[in-house]
This record gives sequence, C-alpha cells and structure tokens, in this order.
Amino acid sequence: MENNGEKIEIKVCMGTGGIAAGGQEVLDAFKGLLGQAGIAARLDKNCASHKVGCRGFCSRDVLVDVIIDERRTTYQYIKPDMVARIVEEHIIGGSPVSEWEVQEDYHTFHDRQVKVVLSDCGEIDPEDIDAYIDGGGYGSARKALTTMTPEEIIEIVKKSGIRGRGGAGFPTGVKWEVARKQPPKTSQDKNLKYIICNADEGDPGAFMDRAVIEGNPHAVLEGMLVAAYAVGAEEGYIYIRAEYGLAIERLKIAIRQARERNLLGKNVLGTGLDFDVKVKAGAGAFVCGEETALIASIEGQRGMPRAKPPFPVVSGLWGRPTVINNVETLANIPYIIRRGADWFASLGTERSKGTKVFALTGKVRNTGLIEVPMGISMRDIIFSIGGGIEGGKKFKAVQTGGPSGGCIPEHLIDAKVCYENLVRLGAIVGSGSMIVLDEDDCMVHVAKYFLNFTQTESCGKCVPCRVGTKRLYEILDRITRGEGRESDLALLEKLSKDVKSASLCGLGQTAPNPVLSTLQYFRHEYEAHIFEKKCPAKACKALITYRIREEFCKGCGACMRVCPAGAISGRKKTPHTLNTAICIKCGSCFDICRFKAVTKE
Amino acid sequence: MQETCKTLKAADLEKLEEICARRGADQGAVIPILQDIQEVFGYLSEDAVNFAADRLEMPRSHFYGVATFYAQFHLRPRGRNVVTACTGTTCHVKGSENLISILGRELGIPEGQDTSPDMNYTLEKINCVGACSIAPVIIINNGVHSKMNADKITKEVIKLKGADDGKQRGKD
Ligand SMILES: Cc1cc2nc3c(=O)[nH]c(=O)nc-3n(C[C@H](O)[C@H](O)[C@H](O)COP(=O)(O)O)c2cc1C
Ligand code: SF4
Ligand code: SF4
Ligand code: FES
Repeated sequence: MENNGEKIEIKVCMGTGGIAAGGQEVLDAFKGLLGQAGIAARLDKNCASHKVGCRGFCSRDVLVDVIIDERRTTYQYIKPDMVARIVEEHIIGGSPVSEWEVQEDYHTFHDRQVKVVLSDCGEIDPEDIDAYIDGGGYGSARKALTTMTPEEIIEIVKKSGIRGRGGAGFPTGVKWEVARKQPPKTSQDKNLKYIICNADEGDPGAFMDRAVIEGNPHAVLEGMLVAAYAVGAEEGYIYIRAEYGLAIERLKIAIRQARERNLLGKNVLGTGLDFDVKVKAGAGAFVCGEETALIASIEGQRGMPRAKPPFPVVSGLWGRPTVINNVETLANIPYIIRRGADWFASLGTERSKGTKVFALTGKVRNTGLIEVPMGISMRDIIFSIGGGIEGGKKFKAVQTGGPSGGCIPEHLIDAKVCYENLVRLGAIVGSGSMIVLDEDDCMVHVAKYFLNFTQTESCGKCVPCRVGTKRLYEILDRITRGEGRESDLALLEKLSKDVKSASLCGLGQTAPNPVLSTLQYFRHEYEAHIFEKKCPAKACKALITYRIREEFCKGCGACMRVCPAGAISGRKKTPHTLNTAICIKCGSCFDICRFKAVTKE
Repeated sequence: MQETCKTLKAADLEKLEEICARRGADQGAVIPILQDIQEVFGYLSEDAVNFAADRLEMPRSHFYGVATFYAQFHLRPRGRNVVTACTGTTCHVKGSENLISILGRELGIPEGQDTSPDMNYTLEKINCVGACSIAPVIIINNGVHSKMNADKITKEVIKLKGADDGKQRGKD
C-alpha cells in the first residue's frame, strides 16, 4: 500500500473508567508495538498515540479510536493482548478488525447528544495544553481579556441565559454582575474578590464534574479566568473532592502548564490582570458542596453552612465578595464566548438554555456520561441514548438529583427535562445524576437509602435536619422491615414538611424530597409493606424468603458452595434443602442457580 | 509543646516540621496539614495533631473539631491493606450491600468495626467513587475494580490475601 504521509492518530480512553479497565496498559501496548521494528518509521507516517479523557461510554472501556486520514474506527472492550492484531491488520494492513468495532448502539448512544462542554473530552489529551490550544482553547480568554470590557462579558453571559449547573440553577451572569458591583469596604480597601470552582460533586451517583476535569481541565481554568476578569478577582480556588485523585492530578498539571504560558499568574497575557488558581482538596463531607460550608472548609473550619444573606457574592471567602460556580457552569463559558450568546441561547428551552451533562447509570443498558440539550424527553434519554433497560426488565422510575431530588415514574416518561419541569414533577435537574430503576428496585428502600445518606451527612447545626432526617430514616427502616404502622404514611408526610421548612441550608431543605416523591408516585409500595407485609419488588430482605424447589433442583451443588451461611445442604445429584432459619438472605444461591430452582418470595 | 516532642521520634518530628513549614500557618492551612499528616503517617495520631496545633499556635480543640467533622480523617491506625467499597446510589442499586458483607466476612472484620484485629485489613465505605457507569466499584489498595459481583470479589480477596502473605513472608 502507498503511504504518502497519511496521518494516523490513536486515542485511548483514559478517564477513571478507562484506567480501571486497563487503559494505561492498552496505550503502552500501542506505543510499544508502534515503536517496535520501526513500524512508524517504515510506514513513514505522521503517527501519534495518546490518552484522552472520558468519551462517555465508560461501560464499553477500553475504547480506542484509530483515525487514519480522518477515517475513524472505534473499538470497544479492548485489552492489551488485542492491540497486536489491530496494529497488524488495521494500521499496517489497512483493514479494520470489524468484529471488535463498536456496534450500532454506540452510535445511537451518541446520535441524540449535543456536545458543548464535552466536545473536547475524549478527543484531546487532557495533560497537554497544546492539544486544547490547537482546537481554539484559551482563544475565548484572549478575546475577552484583550478586546472586551468586563461589563460586555457579563452581558454576554446574561444574554446566553446560562444558569448554574450545580443544582440551584441561578443565572450565572447575574451572579457575576452582583459580585462585580461590590464596592470597596473602605477607601484603602484593595477590594479583593475570589472565584471558587465547586468541584465537590457530593451526589452519590454523579460523575459529570469529575469527567469534565479529567477530560478537559483547561476549559475549567479558562472559564475561571474569564470569570476573574469579569468580576475583578485575583485569586481562584478549585474545591474538589479528595477522592478524585486523577482529576486533582490533571488539574495540577493543567495549572502548571497554564502558568508557563502566562495564562495564569501575574500580568496574564500582558493585560495587567493578575489571577492565579489553587486546588483545595475536600475532606469527605457532602455538606461542603453547599457554598457557605465550602467557604468555611477552605478557611480551615468545620464545614457548616451559615444563614444567607449575606450571600457569598457580597461576603464570601475571608469576608470578601466571592463567586462560586460549578465545574460545568465554568466549562461552558469558553464556548459561550467563542460561539456567542445567541448560539447558546438557541439550544434548550425558553427558560433552560444550553445543554446539560448527565451521569446516566443504574439499570439502563448503555450507562455513561451524556450531554443533551435541555428540553429533551426522559424517554429519549433512557430508551434512545440509554438503549432501554438492562436484561429485558421493566422500567420503573428514574431518580434525578440524588439525595435532594426525586423520581419520575413510567407514566411521566415523556416529560421534558428542564429546570422548571422536573421541579413541577417533584424531582430536580440537580447536578445531573440520573439513576434508572427497574422492577427489582423497591422505592421505599430507595427513599431509605437517601435518608440514611442525608442523616449521616447532616452537619448537625439545626435540629430539624439533624433529628428530622434520623426520624424519617427510622420510620422508613421499620417499614422495610415489615414493622410499619398504619399511621406512618401521615407521619412521614408531616415530618417531611417540617424538615423542609425549618432547616437552614439546602441539605435539610431538600432531604425529604426522595420520601415525598416516592410517596407521591409509589404509595402502593409503601402500603404493601405496611399492610400486607410484602415488598412488591422483592428487595427488602426482612420480607422475603429463599427456598429451593425440589422438582427443579438437579443437585449440582452450586448454591451450596456459594452460600456464606452454610444454610444449604444436600448430596450430589439429589435435591438440596435450604434452612431458612440460618439463611442470611444474601441472594447468592438465587443468582447462581442455573435451573431456576431457587425462588424468592 | 515539649511534652508531645518527647513521645515523637526524631524522624517523625522532622516530617511534621516539614509539613507545617510547607503549609504555612494561616487558618486555611489546618485541613491541608491534617491531610498531609494522614498521608505520611496513615492516620492522625494524638501526638501529631497536638504538635501541629501547638506549632500553629491554635487551640488543640480546634484541630480535633476539624478532624472529627470530616469523614476523610482517621484518628486510629488503619490496616496495612485498605479495601474501599462504594456505597453510592448506583453501586447500591447494583448490589454493593451484599459485596460489603462478603468483604467484611472474608477479611475477618468484626461487626461494627472497620479494621481486622491483626491490622491486616481495613474495610472502608465511600459515597461514590465517581465511576458509576462501571458499578459496583470496589477499590483495593488504590486499584479500581469495576462491575463486581459476589464471585469476582471473592476471587479478588483470595488474590489480595495471597499477595499479603507473600509480602509478610518477604519481610521475615
Ligand atoms: C447540600 C448541598 C450540596 C451541594 N453540592 C454541590 C456540589 O457538589 N457541586 C456544586 O457545584 N454545587 C453544589 N451545591 C450547590 C452550591 O451551593 C452552589 O449553589 C453552586 O455551587 C453554585 O454554582 P452554580 O451557580 O454554577 O450552579 C450544593 C448545595 C447543597 C445545599
Ligand atoms: S440543614 Fe442540616 S446540613 Fe444544613 S445547616 Fe442545618 S443541620 Fe447542617
Ligand atoms: S440466600 Fe444466601 S444465605 Fe440464604 S441460602 Fe442462599 S446463599 Fe445461603
Ligand atoms: S455510586 Fe459507586 S461509583 Fe458512583
């Protein structure tokens, strides 16, 4: 074959998911084989292989793109020992290994998506600032700092209609404007202000911010730089969960590179603006995602929220005006400046502009990170992008907004996803977690899970939150144990309303939402637990019993071997028996039996 | 300050000095200093915390207040191997509860505690690792294991125990 300088590029997905699946080993295998025997030299090609961040479809990792002269082939589930064949047949031989290519569903997964924030994630090497710059990166900051006034920038951000992606949905431009207008406190006051990027991402089921930082950290820094100029801030902080090791590492690399290019530090781009960014690792408290608690944490205090007002834009970090924005909010900014407010406002609905990144997980076939225009229907997300429910089970509900959110049941699946609509249905857009539940999930159990979470994470400052979430949890717990009382439903509702109205911060104010939402749509499940002592989803351990049906049991012994409690006995090839008195209801035997002899009732 | 110095080894003192010097003495340094101490020593010993508080001339109670507020900090020593189970929502609906009870049993961790009596293993829970699309997730000494089930986790524990025994023998 002729090789007249064609261009080959190999991209290996190395977000957290990609690395867990062996991304580093796959990349090493490519590098090794391409270097070996001078393949690169022999083919006289402009050949590069590098890591990229998450491209969303983590459940198919390791994903590898081989791009030869703009023709892209994507492989899924690649292991290091598969690399040799790809190099041999595809890169040298010119014909892709078709049986390892992604299937139809990879394309349906992407077709309905609109990528703005994620447009560079999964395409560029996140540890290489030039990769970002080559695609136009930092062009927005340059344009903003050198050709626009802060007021003009604020105007564009306002006009774009972007609202905070951290949960509350507050208009970003308005926030910046208020911070900009804060006057010096005294005549000598240097009027210091701060920008804080909230990367605490505490919702247990969310990983949007992590993926954005791992995949394109420079977009976040660029957004912060533009914000700093617009607001008049000299210092920025990124408050990030300590658990996000890879994201922290990539942020630090990105900050170092940006400083080297004079995109951070003193006299940025020769404009006279001083702005630098520090990374602060959180210490494992969900409540620190709340802005005033986050500030307390950076100040070295216990992370407890305080009453607002004053809002952080007036009095935030060290008592100075402070803009706190979510990772995704900030990562949108460079694209808004680059492509204009009108373009951004053309995406989405009347009052919810742009796109939103969601972490689509749970019992859906295609799990991963998705970016969709606001206003898309839940059905499109779950059944088109998500490919429907795993294992042919029946869809039950989708939980959005984590511990502050609620669920959308099947009959409302055509609901459009935007801030107003989801709130109306008793759920929220929240930070972007979307957990799909199927017929095997018990909704009382789900509510109990979240209340256990919030009662553990309540900072304890206010009694309604501290005690109220605990009481709610206890009631839910007894219902799932089959000890619920007739009066419990009314009690849950009353207590929920009290906690919502009397708590100081968003954690307490929203903690009862999972209860109220499941009560609204799945009251019958609560009633079955209380009145019939049955869990319709057969998920609550106290209400189920495992048995072996003699007539189906082949005596293979598989269940006996997995049973951790020693509850199963029997001789080979004769029906086994299960002693319900010592069974701990782990379900292992149920999962392992190939003859469906184990039943769960 | 003198009393704490007596119980700390010279080498440890040096490390603590280094941490405090690097992090500075302002209020905002408290959490980073505690994080560094934990990183270096594996947990926050009373002596080390007292040393840092005295060094920054802040009340010891403030340091303890902060250390007990955040879930990341451990005031007791931990096992040589740390297994972390994700209890985030997605892992939960994908069966993490069951994995945790298997881990507790296989690693010999007593009910209501997190570390085995022989200090070999600590089992920790964490609210979402941020890898929910490959749930359920278990982290064994920093290695992320995805899409776990009862069978896979049991095999991983056997591997871990084998490796750990090897390490122990190597030491003798
Ligand atoms: C309990 C609680 C947890 C929160 N966690 C987060 C979080 O993890 N990330 C985030 O960006 N915002 C979080 N928020 C919202 C923040 O307080 C704040 O509104 C947001 O960071 C503002 O940024 P935005 O306007 O760009 O959305 C949380 C709020 C509450 C009450
Ligand atoms: S509502 Fe809960 S978390 Fe928020 S300040 Fe009160 S006790 Fe703390
Ligand atoms: S459910 Fe678990 S404990 Fe009970 S018999 Fe089956 S394997 Fe044993
Ligand atoms: S819920 Fe376990 S990784 Fe997110």
